[in-house]
Amino acid sequence: MRRNGFIGDTDTDTERITNAVSSKAGIYLHIPFCIRKCPYCDFYSTSNLSQASAFVDALIAEIRMEGNSGAWGAVEFDSVYIGGGTPTVMDTRAVLRIMGALYETFSISDAAEITIEANPATLSKDQLAALRKGGINRINIGIQSFDDANLSFLGRIHTGKDAVKALQLAGKGGFDNIGIDLMYGLPGQTPENWQKDLETAVSYGPAHISCYMLTFEPGTVMDNARKAGQFKVPGDRVQASLFLATARMLVQNGYDHYEISNFAKSAGLRSLHNAGYWNNRPYLGLGPAAHSYAPPVRKANVRSVRRYIGRMEGGKSPVESSEILDIRQQMMEAVYLGLRKADGIGYVEFNRRFQTDFCDMFEAVIDRLAKKKYLVADADKCRLTLEGMLLQESIAGEFIQVFS
Amino acid sequence: MKNIRNFSIIAHIDHGKSTLSDRLIQSTDIVSDRDFKDQILDSMDIERERGITIKSQTICLPYTAKDGNLYWLNLIDTPGHVDFSYEVSRALASCEGALLLIDASQGVEAQTLANLYLALENDLEIIPVINKIDLPSANIEMVKNQIEEDLGLDPDTAILASAKNNIGIEEILEAIVHKLPPPKGEPNAPAKALIFDSHYDPFRGTIVHFRVFDGRIRPKDKIMFMSNKAEYTVEEVGIFQIKRIIQDEIAAGRVGYLIAGIKTVSDTKSGDTITRKDRPCEQAMPGFKDPKPVVFSSIYPVSTDDYPELIVALEKLKLNDASLVYEKDSSSALGFGFRCGFLGLLHLEVVQERLEREYDLSLIITAPSVRYEVVLTDGTTLMVENPALFPDPATIASTREPYIRASIMVPDKYMGTVMTLCMERRGINKNYQYFSSNRLEMIFELPLSEVVYDFYDRLKTVTQGYGSFDYEIIDYRETDIVKVDILINAEKVDALSQLVHRDNAVFRARNACDRLKEEIPRHMFKVAIQGAIGGKVIARETINPYRKDVTAKCYGGDISRKRKLLEKQRKGKKRMKMAGNVMIPQNAFLSVLKSKE
Ligand SMILES: Nc1nc2c(ncn2[C@@H]2O[C@H](COP(=O)(O)OP(=O)(O)O)[C@@H](O)[C@H]2O)c(=O)[nH]1
Ligand code: SF4
Repeated sequence: MRRNGFIGDTDTDTERITNAVSSKAGIYLHIPFCIRKCPYCDFYSTSNLSQASAFVDALIAEIRMEGNSGAWGAVEFDSVYIGGGTPTVMDTRAVLRIMGALYETFSISDAAEITIEANPATLSKDQLAALRKGGINRINIGIQSFDDANLSFLGRIHTGKDAVKALQLAGKGGFDNIGIDLMYGLPGQTPENWQKDLETAVSYGPAHISCYMLTFEPGTVMDNARKAGQFKVPGDRVQASLFLATARMLVQNGYDHYEISNFAKSAGLRSLHNAGYWNNRPYLGLGPAAHSYAPPVRKANVRSVRRYIGRMEGGKSPVESSEILDIRQQMMEAVYLGLRKADGIGYVEFNRRFQTDFCDMFEAVIDRLAKKKYLVADADKCRLTLEGMLLQESIAGEFIQVFS
Repeated sequence: MKNIRNFSIIAHIDHGKSTLSDRLIQSTDIVSDRDFKDQILDSMDIERERGITIKSQTICLPYTAKDGNLYWLNLIDTPGHVDFSYEVSRALASCEGALLLIDASQGVEAQTLANLYLALENDLEIIPVINKIDLPSANIEMVKNQIEEDLGLDPDTAILASAKNNIGIEEILEAIVHKLPPPKGEPNAPAKALIFDSHYDPFRGTIVHFRVFDGRIRPKDKIMFMSNKAEYTVEEVGIFQIKRIIQDEIAAGRVGYLIAGIKTVSDTKSGDTITRKDRPCEQAMPGFKDPKPVVFSSIYPVSTDDYPELIVALEKLKLNDASLVYEKDSSSALGFGFRCGFLGLLHLEVVQERLEREYDLSLIITAPSVRYEVVLTDGTTLMVENPALFPDPATIASTREPYIRASIMVPDKYMGTVMTLCMERRGINKNYQYFSSNRLEMIFELPLSEVVYDFYDRLKTVTQGYGSFDYEIIDYRETDIVKVDILINAEKVDALSQLVHRDNAVFRARNACDRLKEEIPRHMFKVAIQGAIGGKVIARETINPYRKDVTAKCYGGDISRKRKLLEKQRKGKKRMKMAGNVMIPQNAFLSVLKSKE
């Protein structure tokens, strides 16, 4: 019973876990502005741009505050992700000012992956060139679809043409590490229609493609429309077949399917920053609604630009909530996140972190699911098959049942 | 004795019995209005919510009549539901008269009739009271007509009242005094008293409610219960006036309580006769019965950790409810629980609600069953009410099941639908009788097993709320019972087994599979639900697996939210029961008996 004996107890465990954390980390900046709110989106963002300049001051104040706290002093950051929201709606000089403050305050490695999220409708060549020069070396463009009908259903402000143009501009602006986001499983979408989007995407050869199944987040405009019966959502069989088709198509074209929704042109082009979330890497989140993680502590900033600015102006911490994850919760996350990855859960890492024997602990679940071909237990790791990925939530639930 | 009146109020549910009781109490000199707790007689929450009195209470009302004399009016409350008709009859046996309360807009209903019959069997003087005359829909002429033609009573004696608006209350009190006879009895004869109720007091033990017919009961008396010869020494006697008021004695004709160190209410039986050990009366009061449970169901805690609390809760309930019986039971799907016997379905529901509400337990109740008589080929006879204990069919020579005589009152336009409903339930239509104003009483003989679950609900539905229902158990009859098992992914779930008539087996099995298909959530894998007799499958349903259960995005801000969701789901799963790998929700266990609308 030693195996389960430690779960949830003692500070010494927590300490051990704390010390086990690698000193490399990522920084996430949340830029909470969009030109127009997309009906399906539940990220924290506002289209009230009047607060933008006060926000930039506040963000820089938070950067300084974190720097002064010394909490991240020993950490070398090798990824920065400027997300949101739509960072590219901001004045480029503002972005560069923020970058400057980051470099001044933290130790960011020379080879760091520095990504900015972009909306195809708001890009210009000069802007892109300036960002590139400012040290940003990766761009992720929210294309969603090349099909105007799809884009209009999604309430996006750009067209298919804008999307293509954005890709070309990014290349011309000096970006060679380009990622794009696509969405599928839209009401009435045929497999052919989706296939066409995928083919178009592949034809431009982006370094990274994220393919997201459309989900209806509670409280969003689109979810309300769905509940009101304004359109019919594709059934889970259709969605499942689109997922499988996506994976097959992109893998055939040489992409590395490294996480449920993420594909990289080569293993080296995986998003280092995003992979950090799935690998228990610490991250410092800055801006409203941003989350930070310094194992075993996770914190969340206030989810309001106004309150965020107010707190920073008053010299107060923007953190609204924080939690200390006990061992069981950490294990829950490790299992849940690990099962999202093609690399799965590595035994050595898991066993070292939790002082246990993964294969032993989950033997029954692994056997059962392996028989159904939902997962594969390799010599060094346990990972889901494509069919398994489709049921990732339930499967994670079965693992979690074992230790909680 | 000539200044005493013992009476009850009898009525169909909702016709205003509790409201009238309150008015009578307020109109006499016993409580000030400020102290008055509304509907004081229905003291238990659940009963108040459902408007049903289950535990009857008694109250002694001092009343100065217009003739200037002081009278003692003993209002003996009666339980208001068919499950408790024996208790009602014992309360009525303690009275000389009754107020028959009829709602002016509803008229005579099934329980009006049933209660009237009980009162007439006990030779009571009846005062008809037409209540709710303030309602715009009141139809006094119709009710008077019914009183004359359907009940055979004199409509001119009926008092028009509105308990709500305090109309006719004095007239009722005067009628009690002048129309009801005073009790008879010989104060110097050997003591003879009838127990009509008892309740449990945590400080004093059982409080016995009784009516003295002859002699008297005093403190220090050595008394004896005639049914079981149990002996006690009386510690205290008194009367109820909201509170207990201690008296020197309770003499012939009076109603009161006694305390005699009796541990549980199960040691006293309604209908039993109390006498003195040293000078016993010759004959016990007639009509004593030991009411037997007729409906059985198993109760399990949702969380197996709550089993010890369930034990304590049942013990406490039992203190006040002699008719509840239970014994240990266990199920491979549900763990440890109790097999419980009830006087009827309402009794079951009330017990369940009290366990859940007063003791904060979350319970799984299995499908109720009746008690079957099984004769084996070797000649032995078994009583079986638990499907788990049903013998191997090869060893059974014959089976018998309890039948009821059901009285259903409906407007005649529902005759056809009621007929269909009762025929579906293997009913035999014995006869029907037209009442005035197009109402009809239909008499059926039905197997009790066919009404134990949703019969009353169905009756209400098919008669759009106009049907009323009363029943009594009549006898055991030859039948052909089989055990239908439910298999989930080929695994038998014992708590879902049912005993049913062979002719209904396929239908019931299909219905159960159908209902389970609705109750059991989709899984990652296919869930096969089968109904089977012995090894033979007679019904099946399949729940298709879901194909997709995955979140598209999981980045920094999503992780905590996701984990909290997983923790919540895990808790939810803990409340589910497992049959192999299949999760079965709490409600599924009772749903199998519910018929589809
Ligand atoms: N309009 C009217 N409503 C009444 C009268 N008496 C009782 N009620 C209502 O009828 C309902 C049932 O009364 P209750 O005394 O609980 O009936 P019980 O089930 O027979 O005890 C309650 O909502 C009472 O308020 C009356 O004289 N007039
Ligand atoms: S642009 Fe992106 S962040 Fe802004 S509303 Fe649309 S989906 Fe959400």
